[in-house]
Amino acid sequence: MNMWGYYNNMVSSKPAPPVMNQPTPFSTQVVSHLASHYSLLNQENQYGSWAIQVSPSDYFSVVSDLKSRHQFTMLTDLCGVHYVEPEPVLAVVAHLHHLPERSRLFVSVHLPIDNPSIDSLVSLYDAANWMERETYDFFGIIFKGHPHLVRILNEDSMTVFPLRKGFPLEDSTRDDKDDRMFGR
Amino acid sequence: MTPDKKTVTVNLGPTHPATHGVFQNIIELDGERIVEAESTVGYIHRAFEKLSEHRPFYQITPITDRLNYCSSPINNIGWHLTVERLLGVQTNRRIDYMRIIIMELARIADHIVCNGILGVDSGAFSGFLYVFQQRESIYEIYEEICGSRLTTNIGRIGGFERDFSDVAIAKLRHFLEEFPKVLSEFEALFDRNRIFMDRTIGVGALSAERALAYGFTGPNLRATGVDYDCRVAEPYSSYTDFEFDIPIGQNGDTYDRYLVRNQEMWQSLSLIRQALDALPSDDYHVHVPEFYLPPKAQVATVMEALIYHFKVVMGEIPVPKGTVYSAVEGANGELGYYLISDGGRSPYRLHFRRPCFIYYQAFPEMVKGALLSDAVMTMSSLNLIAGELDA
Amino acid sequence: MTNLVDPPEGVTGQGFYLTSLEKAVALARKNSIWPLPFATSCCGIEFMATMGSHYDFARFGSERPSFSPRQADLLMVMGTIAKKLGPILKQVYIQMAEPRWVIAVGACASSGGIFDTYSVLQGIDKVIPVDVYVPGCPPRPEQIIDGLMNIQDLVANESLRRRHSDEYVGLLQQYGIE
Repeated sequence: MNMWGYYNNMVSSKPAPPVMNQPTPFSTQVVSHLASHYSLLNQENQYGSWAIQVSPSDYFSVVSDLKSRHQFTMLTDLCGVHYVEPEPVLAVVAHLHHLPERSRLFVSVHLPIDNPSIDSLVSLYDAANWMERETYDFFGIIFKGHPHLVRILNEDSMTVFPLRKGFPLEDSTRDDKDDRMFGR
Repeated sequence: MTPDKKTVTVNLGPTHPATHGVFQNIIELDGERIVEAESTVGYIHRAFEKLSEHRPFYQITPITDRLNYCSSPINNIGWHLTVERLLGVQTNRRIDYMRIIIMELARIADHIVCNGILGVDSGAFSGFLYVFQQRESIYEIYEEICGSRLTTNIGRIGGFERDFSDVAIAKLRHFLEEFPKVLSEFEALFDRNRIFMDRTIGVGALSAERALAYGFTGPNLRATGVDYDCRVAEPYSSYTDFEFDIPIGQNGDTYDRYLVRNQEMWQSLSLIRQALDALPSDDYHVHVPEFYLPPKAQVATVMEALIYHFKVVMGEIPVPKGTVYSAVEGANGELGYYLISDGGRSPYRLHFRRPCFIYYQAFPEMVKGALLSDAVMTMSSLNLIAGELDA
Repeated sequence: MTNLVDPPEGVTGQGFYLTSLEKAVALARKNSIWPLPFATSCCGIEFMATMGSHYDFARFGSERPSFSPRQADLLMVMGTIAKKLGPILKQVYIQMAEPRWVIAVGACASSGGIFDTYSVLQGIDKVIPVDVYVPGCPPRPEQIIDGLMNIQDLVANESLRRRHSDEYVGLLQQYGIE
């Protein structure tokens, strides 16, 4: 196949850019198709992109469907969030992007905080490798099937997960800061 | 190191002249050929995401400066666009055009660094000196606009802190006249240079499918042939008012990346010229009293201005709850801000989608089977900025 | 005939110039400092601008930036040093041969800068001894050159026996460097 011909004008030949804060008809159709096959725990329009929440057991199949059947070929990002209310959960949000249709879709899954473990997307998207390592490094979420799940940004000897709420921002071993100057 | 192991392990970095910034590659060499490579990052992890959970919105702008510090205005304006999207603030055309001018200047500045250093890494030092002199002109323009050279903290939520002065516009016009000559000279040094072409053609090639699988965006993706550009796919800041091309390559190797960046500099010059010629006369900020500091003269005399000044500085402004993802076309690709706001003065969670971090994963695959010196050229052509890599 | 630099105080005569060894060595050393640019982040880009033709660092004798610690005189730490990089910085410092000087360019290298977080080393003087601190975020090239000129003053006024003195050895031992 002529690579030049296939990818050239893949994106910019489509006519109209999306209207601000309104999901594209394409993504609305994709979401309703997913809703008929899986149970979506939550679905909301986040400033122009649909954000769906699925259960941990459906997560891999939903993303796999989105990739193979609906051609969401790019995994833009994958990050974690620590929610403390109403009950403490760790969420994983995968941002998917359909380039020619200019549609984004956010797939999130909520995991219990004492055993956060979810399937890895590395077999679908190579980009998920370091994204999941970063999420593990920050939140402690275990990705089953990840080839090399070790810390990436923090030191290897760190035992806690710093981006969880409750972990202090500043280095607690410092002894040279005068509390009176810092308003504490 | 077992006796029958045929490969040599070489450590390229974290402190190495070829790694611009601190990241490490552990390379297994068989003679000069690379058999395997492994990258480690995190040597400048400054915990931006944790830091931004403790700061009000307008104090996060200096943090975004330090993401891709070669082109910090793009990061600043991208952050302001994210907050404006959350708040539902619409900016007028003058602000949009001013933002386009500043962002395209920053793109030129970043590509100057990348292509100049690509030349230095292959041994050609003069090109770097020629274009860096132009970077000084860009610094002077930034200084006129915001006061700072490199980490600019430019703009405010809802516009800018001051209008373009006459001196700034004169400097912009002067830059638009001088830079094309320097860029042509730079191209004449490298484009058809036999040594440069031998060192860059076929080096670090990546096909379009692999690039998309690895989440590439920006000039590195466009060099493989995919024409994805955030300014066109999801236009922001009135980019639709202007005519510009998206240069794309064919093979995705170092030479294509170099050419794409050069062509993008020409396109940015054309955009700046169009925006400057079409700059309408209007206010340089819109009315967002909760986030935009009132003029100092009013603060001393008008009661509402004093109250707003206090509230803005102390950050006592209620913000809509919501989750927004907004992306701009940074110099390296799609720079995204995933902001979860819970109504408080600082974000509940702010995640930066950093293009460098995502495409650096592909480096081991790109250099497999190449020579060691090719690894240096590939690393340099990817434009890895350590601040964006680690955040 | 003009001199590039002023000669030290001394007595001149027919075919000879009498001065102290320290002054002659100081003159040579201070005008030929070879830096090791340990550039990690934004301050590194300002250093590149300082090295460029507009601000021209090479005027001060720093014509050859050395990336090998063995052949460098001045370790210029420019940018944020994370805790992960601390041992590596110390290793680079240990590999340098005496006499060696250290300049901390930027707020992050001097004291951690704006990044008061769990992962950033709050100042490189936690791991290596520093001679000159250049504040700024990032400092202008003129400030970096001013820092270099301060280093030149230190180099010029340093006693030849300083590196063997008890005080200096004690300072290094405080950092755990032999």
